[in-house]
Amino acid sequence: MAGTTLFEKIWQAHVVDEKPGEPALIYIDLHLVHEVTSPQAFEGLRLAGRPVRRPDLTIATMDHNVPTERGPITDLIAKAQLDALRANCEEFGVPLNATGSGREGIVHVMGPELGITQPGMTIVCGDSHTSTHGAFGALAFGIGTSEVEHVMATQTLLQSRPKTMQIRFSGTLPFGVTAKDMVLAAIGKIGVDGGVGYAIEYAGEAIETLSMEGRMTICNMSIEAGARAGMVAPDATTFAYIEGRPGAPKGAAWDQAVARWSALKSDADATFDRIVDIDVTTLTPQVTWGTNPGMVVPVDGTVPDPADFADPTDREAAERALQYMGLEAGTPVTEITIDRVFIGSCTNARIEDLRAAATVVRGKHVASTVRAMVVPGSAKVKHQAEQEGLDKVFVDAGFEWREAGCSMCLGMNPDTLSPGERCASTSNRNFEGRQGSGGRTHLLSPTMAAAAAVAGRFVDVRELG
Amino acid sequence: MRELRQVTSVVAIIDRPDIDTDQIIPKQFLKRIERTGYGQFLFYDWMKEPDFELHKPDFKGAEILLAGRNFGCGSSREHAAWALEDYGFRIVIAPSYSDIFRSNSVKTGIATITLPDAELAQLKAALAQRNELTVDMETLTITHPDGLAITFAFDEFAQETLVHGLDDIARTLKRDDAIAAYEAATPGRFDTRTLST
Ligand code: SF4
Repeated sequence: MAGTTLFEKIWQAHVVDEKPGEPALIYIDLHLVHEVTSPQAFEGLRLAGRPVRRPDLTIATMDHNVPTERGPITDLIAKAQLDALRANCEEFGVPLNATGSGREGIVHVMGPELGITQPGMTIVCGDSHTSTHGAFGALAFGIGTSEVEHVMATQTLLQSRPKTMQIRFSGTLPFGVTAKDMVLAAIGKIGVDGGVGYAIEYAGEAIETLSMEGRMTICNMSIEAGARAGMVAPDATTFAYIEGRPGAPKGAAWDQAVARWSALKSDADATFDRIVDIDVTTLTPQVTWGTNPGMVVPVDGTVPDPADFADPTDREAAERALQYMGLEAGTPVTEITIDRVFIGSCTNARIEDLRAAATVVRGKHVASTVRAMVVPGSAKVKHQAEQEGLDKVFVDAGFEWREAGCSMCLGMNPDTLSPGERCASTSNRNFEGRQGSGGRTHLLSPTMAAAAAVAGRFVDVRELG
Repeated sequence: MRELRQVTSVVAIIDRPDIDTDQIIPKQFLKRIERTGYGQFLFYDWMKEPDFELHKPDFKGAEILLAGRNFGCGSSREHAAWALEDYGFRIVIAPSYSDIFRSNSVKTGIATITLPDAELAQLKAALAQRNELTVDMETLTITHPDGLAITFAFDEFAQETLVHGLDDIARTLKRDDAIAAYEAATPGRFDTRTLST
């Protein structure tokens, strides 16, 4: 019998019931909740008189709407949504890491930080970047609000089994090239719909040598290639990250867990529906030029010419993207000037990301034409960074240092771009208007964003030595 | 959920690839805690452009939307499906969809029909002559008044859900025995209510 993949092992262990011709009924080990995609689900439960089945496997936080400047929230509609989450959590007995608790943060930063993101689990959240948690060897994926309600009521989901894809990153990452560049390059290669219908497993030497933060960055952006889930087999790096965190097993239970988790990997003879190979030794820092994350080029490249796209649909999309982005074909990326820099989001606002960015800006200053901000991914990341003095490095360099939240990743709170403003952003989506109506977003790594802040334009971080 | 058996309507065509849910319903409208009333905000930014496809008089009243590949990509916001439904769409026809959008649509009473490029081209040619289609979700056929008929594949479970307007949660709760048995065999790893930090 052929071996099984990591995905198949987790999937099989969670099938509650299966009927021919129907999606499988899958058990959910952890349900993460935030204010934006939950109110209608709680309301549905209330109308039907249903409880939350497993509040002990559910946890909520406030992230999307929260202001990142200290002081009371002034947006009354946002406040009503945050108040609704608080009231709903109380009514249904769901624990909440509210703003000011010291445990709040972007939902995909909070889970791993609490040690409740563990290998072999199924994890869902009403948020497409739930794929982040796959970095721990979990099957984690985003769901809509109706599915949120379904999980609340039943702790299960009806799911059709996805196909499997393995993306193998071979070689050693060159200096100045990061996990963000790996995933942007992968999306550029397979396209923004290349992963539709698949669960992706990332493997290879360049993955094995990555930190958990780096693996989370890569799994996080699986959805930008269309894949609901992305995962990495757990190893010593994974276990070291989890050990000692509040939700981690303790004592003898820890040793048993590690023994169990160590078996969670794709067998050598397992087969995937698709395999993609990427050699990282020639990889360069990446910058997006268009209005989806697949529209990406190396920093030493130029803005592409739509005429060079063979497919007429791609050509039209590129033309429209250039128009929206206010860019001319053939412009070297390093000649594009920027107005704003955003270092934040569930993709790149963990402690390692902030450390890397701080290294670039230490002793330097943000260009006079640029407004730059750092938004830590969680209250704990913020605290840790302050312990290490990173806040001072950023503030001395002219960055704004903010409270934790999603912030300008999607601009639901007051942090937004104005029409026409161009932003170097460590987030995950460069869609039209994502960071503010008319705003122009370029995605890149934290070090590249930091370097751009100082130069006022994109620069190749490798040249800074 | 409303039943979805047969729709006859003009077809609105937005022939662009990778239409993401941020375009379908921008973030500023996700702060509401209601499930209804999103139709007025559909494609909010694009609606400001005078030549946006949905402004075409011939697309007025359309319940069928024809779009490019990878429709509904990006954010998981179900508000996108709610907005389309509230605006009046019951059927989307495209070469492909994002997985989450497809799932959200079924729960909202919208059928996402996938057609290969060749059949889409036939359909567009027919619609250019006369803009009207009938989509039958029971027989899984699309018919054009001038004679073109296309059958399409559709997930059986999703079809039943849409045609009868079924509630997933009520159906799953009938399988409580299986869920309880699974839980008895699989103790939780932690209790989120007592995590000490
Ligand atoms: S940081 Fe951005 S992508 Fe991540 S959860 Fe928040 S809004 Fe979504």
